[in-house]
Amino acid sequence: MPAVQETVERVKSIDVDQYKYGFETKIEVEKAPKGLDESTVRFISAKKNEPEWMLEWRLEAFRRWKTMQEPEWARVHYQKIDYQDLYYYAAPKKQAGPKSLDELDPEILETYKKLGIPLQEQEILAGVAEENRVYSKVAVDAVFDSVSVVTTFKEELKKAGVLFMSISEAIREHPELVKKYLGSVVPVTDNFFATLNSAVFSDGSFVYVPKGVRCPMELSTYFRINEKQTGQFERTLIIADEGAYVSYLEGCTAPSRDENQLHAAVVELVALDNAEIKYSTVQNWYPGDAQGKGGVYNFVTKRGDCRGNGSKISWTQVETGSAITWKYPSCILRGDNSQGEFYSIAISNGHQQVDSGTKMIHLGKNTSSRIISKGIAAGVSQNTYRGQVSAHRKATNARNFTNCDSLLIGDKCGAHTTPYIEAKSSSAVFEHEATTSKISDDMLFYCRQRGLSAEEAVALVVNGFVKDVLQHLPMEFAVEAQKLIAISLEGSVG
Amino acid sequence: MNAEVKMMRTAAETQYSDALAALPGAEPVRALREKALRLFAEKGLPHRRVEEWKYTDLRVLLREMAPLAGKPDAAALTEAKKIDLLGNIGAREITFVNGAFVAELSNLKGLEKGLTISTLGDALKGDATLPQFLAGLNPGKYDAVYALNTAALNEGVVIDVAPGAQITKPIHIRHIVTGTSLVSVFGRVVVKVGKKAQATIIQSHAGPDAVAYQTNTVLQLSVADDAELDIVRVQAEGDKAIHLSMMVGAIGTDSRFKSFALSTGAAVSRHTVPFAYAGRNARALISGATLLRGKQHADMTLEVDHALPGGESRELFKTVLDDESRGVFQGLIVVRPDAQKTDGRMMSAALLLGDEAEMDNKPELEIFADDVQCAHGATTGALDDDLLFYLRARGIPKKEAESLLIQSFFGEAIEHIENEKIRDAMMKRAGHWLAARG
Repeated sequence: MPAVQETVERVKSIDVDQYKYGFETKIEVEKAPKGLDESTVRFISAKKNEPEWMLEWRLEAFRRWKTMQEPEWARVHYQKIDYQDLYYYAAPKKQAGPKSLDELDPEILETYKKLGIPLQEQEILAGVAEENRVYSKVAVDAVFDSVSVVTTFKEELKKAGVLFMSISEAIREHPELVKKYLGSVVPVTDNFFATLNSAVFSDGSFVYVPKGVRCPMELSTYFRINEKQTGQFERTLIIADEGAYVSYLEGCTAPSRDENQLHAAVVELVALDNAEIKYSTVQNWYPGDAQGKGGVYNFVTKRGDCRGNGSKISWTQVETGSAITWKYPSCILRGDNSQGEFYSIAISNGHQQVDSGTKMIHLGKNTSSRIISKGIAAGVSQNTYRGQVSAHRKATNARNFTNCDSLLIGDKCGAHTTPYIEAKSSSAVFEHEATTSKISDDMLFYCRQRGLSAEEAVALVVNGFVKDVLQHLPMEFAVEAQKLIAISLEGSVG
Repeated sequence: MNAEVKMMRTAAETQYSDALAALPGAEPVRALREKALRLFAEKGLPHRRVEEWKYTDLRVLLREMAPLAGKPDAAALTEAKKIDLLGNIGAREITFVNGAFVAELSNLKGLEKGLTISTLGDALKGDATLPQFLAGLNPGKYDAVYALNTAALNEGVVIDVAPGAQITKPIHIRHIVTGTSLVSVFGRVVVKVGKKAQATIIQSHAGPDAVAYQTNTVLQLSVADDAELDIVRVQAEGDKAIHLSMMVGAIGTDSRFKSFALSTGAAVSRHTVPFAYAGRNARALISGATLLRGKQHADMTLEVDHALPGGESRELFKTVLDDESRGVFQGLIVVRPDAQKTDGRMMSAALLLGDEAEMDNKPELEIFADDVQCAHGATTGALDDDLLFYLRARGIPKKEAESLLIQSFFGEAIEHIENEKIRDAMMKRAGHWLAARG
């Protein structure tokens, strides 16, 4: 079906102009001097009162980073980043680790309110929630620019034995855990952006769920970049000990700015015997304006290690923001009978470029993985799925199912699929299927015949298209994600 | 560690440059050759960091270039006469032994009206536009196999089917290597099918076992509007050979193209197919069956480029891997912005029989137009135990049951060949492979 004039006009007014989280919070901040050298690394480490070993770790990463080159293999194009023209640390001045929400800067509180964090969380942040209310609670770690400003429900979680805190706190309070696990999934030398992150990461979340504990509530982190010309480098480390379970949510937004901002995060997950980690992301960084000016460069390394037998790691992501996304949440299926899952919806509009996917590395016996990826491209965006499934020689009975579908809306965008499927074990069973299509005229006709408008029909079809992924999001996020998809696709009837 | 690395030239690279530069030749072919050689000198052999060669590292697999083969002697011709890969399929034969055209083993008499077959040398003398044609049908980007083949451009054949001509008798081009010495053999085949014409071409490769000879063949084909072309390829090189080949082609409006490739030979083989839709509403089926054992390594790389609207492409590849063999399939479907209404479907299925066998699949889609239907699938797995059980429960011995299942697996790709005699010959050759399974 060729695009009608109305459609063309609507596509022009796509969501990049409708980014709702583009406001800026006026707040006094403390920054590290611009640029990056050893003294910047030392500055950040000192700000965080870090022990000597942590500083050494960072410096080693920094030295390594100086010898590395930015990767160019992804299907994304951007102006070279000037790493000396960035602030690597920015923190709201007033915060000094507020003990309660009352001490939190009201500006920041207001910011999170405006961001539309799910209602009960807002109440909690504002200190109104009664702890015995019926609805499910979500513990939040709010990261504002370079620092974690508040972590809720800490006490209650402590009772269950769950450690949930900012990573800088964990480095000070639980060095034995951090030393043991930090960098054990994503090594310091892993890749250009991960190594940069290892040198200058400023904050992030740390979760440890002890043996046999089922985390009593959803844990969540909200990342917000606020300052100009700052990069955000957060580090998340989640450890689920034997038989533990945790569900973790992550959300992110940034102000609308003309410049490109860098976000280079590292997330490490470790699941020991029979543990399960569910990691969900709703990524909504500022995507740039309709002309493709500004927007966040989202260069993220996320990896989970199913270290124990019978462990399971599940990634679910809804990607709607960022000018450029370079992100491959992966699972190393090391333990026997371990499972990895990846569910993704990546929507690109305007001038966005997405190069995202996953890696499932089968090492243990009887491991299984499942990949469901849905890419939707509109405007003049480019949307690439890039994934790898591999079975090691000893990974007997490895099993993978991959399904990646792309939907194109409009004739200026592109959707690409680049999977690498490597079977080195004869008992491995791998299935991969991918399709690219536009919304079928038959489907639209069927819906319209039943009285739906063209837009409603598209929304219905798209919702059906992404349903497989949405159903794997926790309730709190599913609603938000569904809304996001509606906004991102508004006016893209093709 | 990621600092600018200047690649050292390998022994093979130097040998190629020296050997091919010494070839005699006249203008305008010499210009083509020199240009290709310069490009090769600059870019060299591909290695695993070159994306298209990720799984087939030629710098490692091709340590040294074997010396260029000389004119075949009487003994070579006697040996070549004994080779009969396909039995009687009623085809007109054109034979190359060790790269050289052999008239006595070829049948160029009584050519059908509209069919012209000439050696590359003769064709170049008679057709001033040929060099331009040769240079025009290229893989679109640097490819070492193509560059080396062009740098060695000397022997070959040009098949020209005039507009409207219907050539029902298949034309069988045989590339035979003989003897026990290590040689390098190059060959170029050009096929031009005019408007509304039709032809069937078979290309086969054979050579002695236990000799690590090297072959490099490029097939260039152009199919004009409303024309039809069928290509069947049989790669049955000796078990130590290194076989590099390319089929580069372009098809016109409303044309129909079908190709099938059966590969069972060579220690290392790589077949690259850059294929372009140069007209609207063209239809193509590109298929193949690769049967491997021992430590064989076979790479099938495909790039189907839809530049114009309404094209339909079907790709179906079956790979059977026994012992410690390694199969590679890379298939890319590109749909450019103008290629609306493209319908592309690519399937690669691998059957792993050996515990140490490896299959690497990389099916890619690159889509820039919205009103298209494109899909690819890739599967890897062992024989289905349930199916085996079903057959054995009916009294069929294990080996036989396995053979039946394997045959039905690759048979799916073979059954698309329309010419019955050729189809049967392919099934028979594949059957030989099965029978030799220990």
